[in-house]
Amino acid sequence: MTAEKTTTPLLQVKDLHVWFELRRWGFSHAGYVKAVDGVTFNLDYGESIAVVGESGCGKSSLMRTILGINKPTSGQVLFEGRDLTRFSRAEWQSYRAKVGYVQQDPFGALPPFMNIQQILEEPLIVHGIKDAAERERRVRKAMEEVRLTPADDFIQKFPHMLSGGQQQRVVIARAIILEPKIVVADEPVSMLDASVRVEILKLLRGLQQAHNLAVIYVTHDLSTVRYFSERVFVMYAGNTVEKAPIDSLLQNPLHPYSNALLDATSDPDANNALTYRELPPGEPPSLVNPPAGCRFHPRCPKAIRGLCDVEKPAEFEPENGHQTACWLYKA
Amino acid sequence: MKTLQRTLAELAQYPSAIFGLLVIGLLALVSIYAVIAIPYQQAVDLWRGGEKIWYKTPKMVPPAWVNFFRAKKLPDTLSLSTVDTPSIKQSAASGDGQKINITFDFDFNADEFPQELSFYFTSTFDKKAPFVSAVWIAPDGRETRLVDYALQSPKQTFRFSQDKKLLTRLFGKLPQEALFAVPKSDPLTPLKGKYQIQLQITTFEKASTVDVEFVQYGKVYGLAGTDHQRRDLLIALLWGMPVALSFGLIAALGTSLASMVIAAFGAWFGGWVDELIQRITEINLVLPFLSILIMIGTFYDRSIITILTATILLSIFGGSIKGYRAIFLQVREMPYIEAARAYGASDARIIIRYLLPRIIPLLIPALVTGIPGYVFLEASLAVLGLGDPVLPTWGKIIQDAEFNGALFNGMYYWILEPAALLMLTGLAFSMLGFSLDRIFNPRLRGL
Amino acid sequence: MADQPLLRLENLTLHFRTGKGTVKAVDGVNFDLDYKQAVVVLGESGCGKSSLAKAILRLLPRNVETYGGKVYLEGQELMSLTDEEYRKQVRWVRMSMVPQAAMNALNPVLKVGDQVAEPMIVHHNVSREQALEQAAKMFQHVGVPADFIDRYAFELSGGMRQRVAIAMALVTAPSLIILDEPTSALDVITQANIFNVLKRIKKELEISFILITHDIATSSELADRVAVMYAGQIVEVGDAMTFFQEPYHPYSRMLMASVPRMRSNQEPEFIVGQPPSLLDLPAGCRFAARCPLRFEKCAEEPPVFQKDGHLVKCWKYA
Repeated sequence: MTAEKTTTPLLQVKDLHVWFELRRWGFSHAGYVKAVDGVTFNLDYGESIAVVGESGCGKSSLMRTILGINKPTSGQVLFEGRDLTRFSRAEWQSYRAKVGYVQQDPFGALPPFMNIQQILEEPLIVHGIKDAAERERRVRKAMEEVRLTPADDFIQKFPHMLSGGQQQRVVIARAIILEPKIVVADEPVSMLDASVRVEILKLLRGLQQAHNLAVIYVTHDLSTVRYFSERVFVMYAGNTVEKAPIDSLLQNPLHPYSNALLDATSDPDANNALTYRELPPGEPPSLVNPPAGCRFHPRCPKAIRGLCDVEKPAEFEPENGHQTACWLYKA
Repeated sequence: MKTLQRTLAELAQYPSAIFGLLVIGLLALVSIYAVIAIPYQQAVDLWRGGEKIWYKTPKMVPPAWVNFFRAKKLPDTLSLSTVDTPSIKQSAASGDGQKINITFDFDFNADEFPQELSFYFTSTFDKKAPFVSAVWIAPDGRETRLVDYALQSPKQTFRFSQDKKLLTRLFGKLPQEALFAVPKSDPLTPLKGKYQIQLQITTFEKASTVDVEFVQYGKVYGLAGTDHQRRDLLIALLWGMPVALSFGLIAALGTSLASMVIAAFGAWFGGWVDELIQRITEINLVLPFLSILIMIGTFYDRSIITILTATILLSIFGGSIKGYRAIFLQVREMPYIEAARAYGASDARIIIRYLLPRIIPLLIPALVTGIPGYVFLEASLAVLGLGDPVLPTWGKIIQDAEFNGALFNGMYYWILEPAALLMLTGLAFSMLGFSLDRIFNPRLRGL
Repeated sequence: MADQPLLRLENLTLHFRTGKGTVKAVDGVNFDLDYKQAVVVLGESGCGKSSLAKAILRLLPRNVETYGGKVYLEGQELMSLTDEEYRKQVRWVRMSMVPQAAMNALNPVLKVGDQVAEPMIVHHNVSREQALEQAAKMFQHVGVPADFIDRYAFELSGGMRQRVAIAMALVTAPSLIILDEPTSALDVITQANIFNVLKRIKKELEISFILITHDIATSSELADRVAVMYAGQIVEVGDAMTFFQEPYHPYSRMLMASVPRMRSNQEPEFIVGQPPSLLDLPAGCRFAARCPLRFEKCAEEPPVFQKDGHLVKCWKYA
């Protein structure tokens, strides 16, 4: 688990809302896309959490806000106790060096016209490391850490000459080259072959342990979460509906949506072909006009009429360290 | 991004590209030669012309090599001068002055008669003018007295066809024909063979000198022929090359680079910056390009630098901005741009280091294919009378030709020579450009 | 139905000519598919499985170097048909396909109903109304509301579009549908929904499937039999029950071991190295370089051995 608990968590997200304005004809206001609508959590040094949810649940927007690409509409994001929205330019630059980003598409994440050395040097140059020898040293060190060795074989190559797995290693090397404290990995293996996925996830796990990195691993594939994270957040339509240590979630999912996700995930088992899976009907809601009350209630098999469709559920903690936003667990 | 070597290797696979490169290389070499062999000021002076410079050349004659294609050969232009070949002048003292004997020997093998024959006398004397007498000796030995007179001024011209005495002597027939004709031929046919002119000049002062130049104005001249001001067209054809190439290159390069940067700027920042640039572009597209250039040329200044600047300024906000912007908008959404923002790259760095390199594959072929357009623009403006007033360019040749009724009078070479060069330039650049396009944009390969 | 299989592939071969040499994408593939059966072809990217689909349906690009072997559909040999005959009689009449990323390949300017109806109009010469009726019925089978006939592709979610693509493959009532990575870009719940649809179609319409994928976990949702493809060849074929518990070929074993499992404690192991490039295939067994069980005989290419009803291309089962 975590190394030691310091008094200030590394990252604190407090009631974060990220709304995107929709404009008609570039001028008039046509509503908001409420991508993130009230998310609160803490992240400790060296802790590895997974954020699980389907597309459109807001997990990518949440990550982009943490990375500083989006601006919060309301709420706070505190890094080591300091509010991101109040950062000066210098503070932003220093923050950006402390958060690494691993993206989903390994080929798209690398500029095709730069070779590996240039790609890995970019963050160093941007952060003012002028000495070329120093940059080369750090580039080689990063390549060694992601096991792209011998470095000389790869350093002059261009992205299209590498396999998907190798490309993703370069992306990871770029994410850690500035020695960050947090790494945000947004679906880092979903575009890779099944057999390479495990390799990359193990690499990330190794790096996390070696450098005491906090890792936020965003995915929609629950089966991988087990080996690579300690805590899991489940997101639906802009809210976190359940937060728990991974084993608690797998053994005792509290929220009906988490249950549905677990039920829908397959393990390789020939008996699967003999039965139909039970799934919630319908589709995730529009983020412009989400349903009133609990956003899952139109699809929920256990919805309580008069409560779930009227009032947004508060967060309850039926077990220690296991929270869920569902009226079924009203204390 | 392909290195130069790889690009050249791939280009070698396209015959059209090889042709284009060779021709462009040739044009470039000739341009360099032209600028070195005939420096700017000299070219301008030559082109300004005037009787003093172009007196030895006939008016409006085709180039000498047309004889290659003709059954009946046209006579060439030739000039013999005592200044150039002092050996043909022999002087002996006589009295106060000298007796000078000059012999001009030349061959005549054409099937038609020359345009004109002239003597150019250059003399120095104080009070007593030298006396000149000349005799024409045909190949068959017949002698004809040409002139017997005293020079009246230091520079004097004797045009055979304008001397009344000579005309009478030749029974009213034109001297340039009669002197070369087979005797008693009707119609007059030329007698081929060796001709000779013997001049006897007597000077009466010790310091008096006389130099004579004999010019036979043929019906062909040189490599490119001449125009209405007797100017050798080769000067303009040679000099037109560097003018055309540099105008085309600078205009194409300047416009492309500026368009690219502006499009990147607009696409990256979006919002009102982008909207502004787009609206300016759209308005500019509607404005009549040629008419504005004509206005500038007519009311302001026709020098080539002004026209070049105006062309570039008007072309920057052209259709290519829309094309580049479309590409940039796509590139902007790429994950590596997002990653760059995440590790803190500044807007300027993203534009210069990430967006612009993506456009180079589109830019280079567009640049090369665009050069002929600007070359033709410059020529068109010259044809319309708005060319640079002092520079000899291809468009200027065409304009002069048109103005002097070249086609109407059968002087096809006058128009065809600059036109052929324009077409060759256009073809070479287009072929190279299309091949580059196929290399940089592989999806076009099947076409 | 009959004693013969629905589909039999005999030594099917497809080689491409590229600037860098010959890509031996499909290199002597043999297997059988019965009626009402679903076979999953498992393999990593670059093993030639998409090319296998193209080879079966004769959707060949221009740079084909070799296309050979025999394809028997319901007993009829297809290789001897001309391209025109194939197009009229087989493709989208008796066999159809849902290609990779089909949901992104829907025509954005046509209504989805018209797109689904199109194969009917082309192949069965029916009127537009009749074709649309059939399309509406297909929509029912895949779980798309019938009034979506008038919608455009951009109005539908990813899952819905994939169902439309499946409907398009169904509309001419083929006996066999090939699915190439049908759920790779979809969310978990949508994936499970699609598989429910496929299960229902298999049962109610009695259609056979060839499912091509690299996702081993979801492939178990549909598989009656499993074929594993490596470097252009099929290295193992067997029934699903046995395969998912204990596969035979060393590669299949390592593949199964690399799947992260939610419901068991087994930590996944990855396979070291990479598959060989189809341009430059090694002699002998193509998996030998990465195989922990290799021995001297593996320098020679193994034939296909039989063991308990499985076919395995490995010297260990001689």
